Amino acid sequence: MAANGATNGKGREVVIEARGVTVGFGDYNVLNQLDLDVYRGEILGFVGGSGSGKSVLLRTIIGLLPLREGTIKVFGIDTRAASGAELRSIERRWGVLFQHGALFSSLTVRENIQFPIREYLHLPEKMLDELVVTKLEMVGLKADVRDKFPSELSGGMTKRVALARALAIDPEIVFLDEPTSGLDPIGAGEFDNLIGTLQRTLGLTVFMVTHDLDSLHTVCDRIAVLADGKVITAGTMDQMLASEHPWLKSYFRGKRSRASAPTLRTS
Amino acid sequence: MVKYGQDAVGRGVNGETFLQSKASGDRLELAAGGAWVARHAAAIEREIDARAAEAGAARAVRIDISAIERLDTFGAWLIERLTRTFRAQGIEPSLAGQSENYRALLAEMQGVNLDEATPRALPNPLRRGLIAIGKTIDTVIESFLSNASMIGAITATTGRVLLNPSRMRFTAMVHHLDNVGWRAVPIILLITFLIGCIIAQQGIFHFRKFGADVYVVDMVGILVLREIGVLIVAIMVAGRSGSAYTAELGSMKMREEVDALRTMGFDPVEVLVMPRIVALLIGVPILTFIGSMAALYGGGLVCWLYGGIDPDIFLSRLKESITIDHFKVGMIKAPFMALIIGVVACVQGFAVKGSAESLGMQTTASVVESIFLVIVLDGLFAIFFASIGM
Repeated sequence: MAANGATNGKGREVVIEARGVTVGFGDYNVLNQLDLDVYRGEILGFVGGSGSGKSVLLRTIIGLLPLREGTIKVFGIDTRAASGAELRSIERRWGVLFQHGALFSSLTVRENIQFPIREYLHLPEKMLDELVVTKLEMVGLKADVRDKFPSELSGGMTKRVALARALAIDPEIVFLDEPTSGLDPIGAGEFDNLIGTLQRTLGLTVFMVTHDLDSLHTVCDRIAVLADGKVITAGTMDQMLASEHPWLKSYFRGKRSRASAPTLRTS
Repeated sequence: MVKYGQDAVGRGVNGETFLQSKASGDRLELAAGGAWVARHAAAIEREIDARAAEAGAARAVRIDISAIERLDTFGAWLIERLTRTFRAQGIEPSLAGQSENYRALLAEMQGVNLDEATPRALPNPLRRGLIAIGKTIDTVIESFLSNASMIGAITATTGRVLLNPSRMRFTAMVHHLDNVGWRAVPIILLITFLIGCIIAQQGIFHFRKFGADVYVVDMVGILVLREIGVLIVAIMVAGRSGSAYTAELGSMKMREEVDALRTMGFDPVEVLVMPRIVALLIGVPILTFIGSMAALYGGGLVCWLYGGIDPDIFLSRLKESITIDHFKVGMIKAPFMALIIGVVACVQGFAVKGSAESLGMQTTASVVESIFLVIVLDGLFAIFFASIGM
């Protein structure tokens, strides 16, 4: 475990190591012998066609789905062989932003964010309240949303509150499942910047499942591509754009991609 | 774990001091060290408060944070709070030894939490009590009005369906009838049978003391046909199907399915409520009949095996003691009970708001309210039938 600052560079520390991961439902293996490394302090964008198993991998890493084969090590600990106490200590060190927020609907925003803090730390009420405001303002919300219920929030606000909750106990890794889906381009852009800022300030490792090409362009350090149950390639955006793989070509250089309109982008 | 500052600080996690102070004249030197992270936040906060209180006469404050090994938002916020505490006392503290890694995080903290937290004020107990009473009255009136408006909507829809019978959703109705009627038969049979047995047993046991065994048959017959059969069935259906209706409609409301129906030009009352209510209107009287028969059977069985009243005697006594009126009273009440259960369940279902808790609350309210109203209605019917001599 390194200190909080990002330790990119040579000999980068691997925080998530997936080897030979096979996950399936019924007779069908969604992920087949998948290998993936996530390095400390990076933002990894994880892409793939709809239904290719991106969310399945995310849910497998965080332990919601069982493995058929293979190992997943987080912070060097094999999550399937770990004891209950070890697993809980790992779970304290990651935060998850689910696709639809998964805020607790019967708790207010304040209680949602305080929930993990209360569970793990014993802090005075005053500090808890200050932290809620701090977290909310860090994710770009005003303090006055804290007494609202999740059902009273807009889609973008829900995502932000969910991110604040995911970051509540200052995790080292955050998993984001399509963080910008359902947001308008301005909101999505702000969210990307936010993730970038938080990653720089907190030294987070970010594992982001996304379809948003803009997110991939602006914040991701590295992109991993999932197809046929495997990571077919992982690298920087430039490497993706240079690739001649047909799927990558149509994904990154198709009509909807920014690369197809480079003049517009720079003007 | 420790990369920076192990030597500079040289303290273990246990018994660690996070903030050391050194006063020289009117200068206060604070040296922060150790891991300023979430895990130690409570301890750090205590030290901060203690040091800030000691500041006293200091005119200038310097906070050296170069020895901090690790910093997260919790620690960064506490540093920011410490600076703000001094600032509030009119001293501008200087922050020394910010490492490059933490600069951005500390800068971020300077922009947050600027508004003074407004303490949540609770009204005094008397006012709170009055507010609670007012809210309850409001809820009661509201629930009465929404029940009335649902009955109105159902009446209007019934009119439309009668004019144009093809609008009746027959398949949906049969599906609900299967759920609330057919599938309820075994449990209704069992419960009413047992209730019949218990009434007969108690009757025999107590009537025997003054030699009036045979009047048990009168009691079982009248009680079961007029009251017990329909009440037990209504209560069972409210608990079994009313709650299901509320939960179904409530979760449809939560997922905006009801809104989707409306935007497609469908009337939720016609599509969702009508089939359910019609299913209850058909199902509950049938269940009442089946239930009453099972209770009489149970009563007869106990009279024979426990009270020594032969089935022949039981039947002839039953024929003498009950009239068709008793049977009618029970059966007339059944559809009204069904209507109340259905209306309350649907109103409560549509009252569900966004949260999981509200779904639970409305389902509870649905069952409690429909059972309550069923019993109130039963009382009103008792007065009514007594006054018309039935």
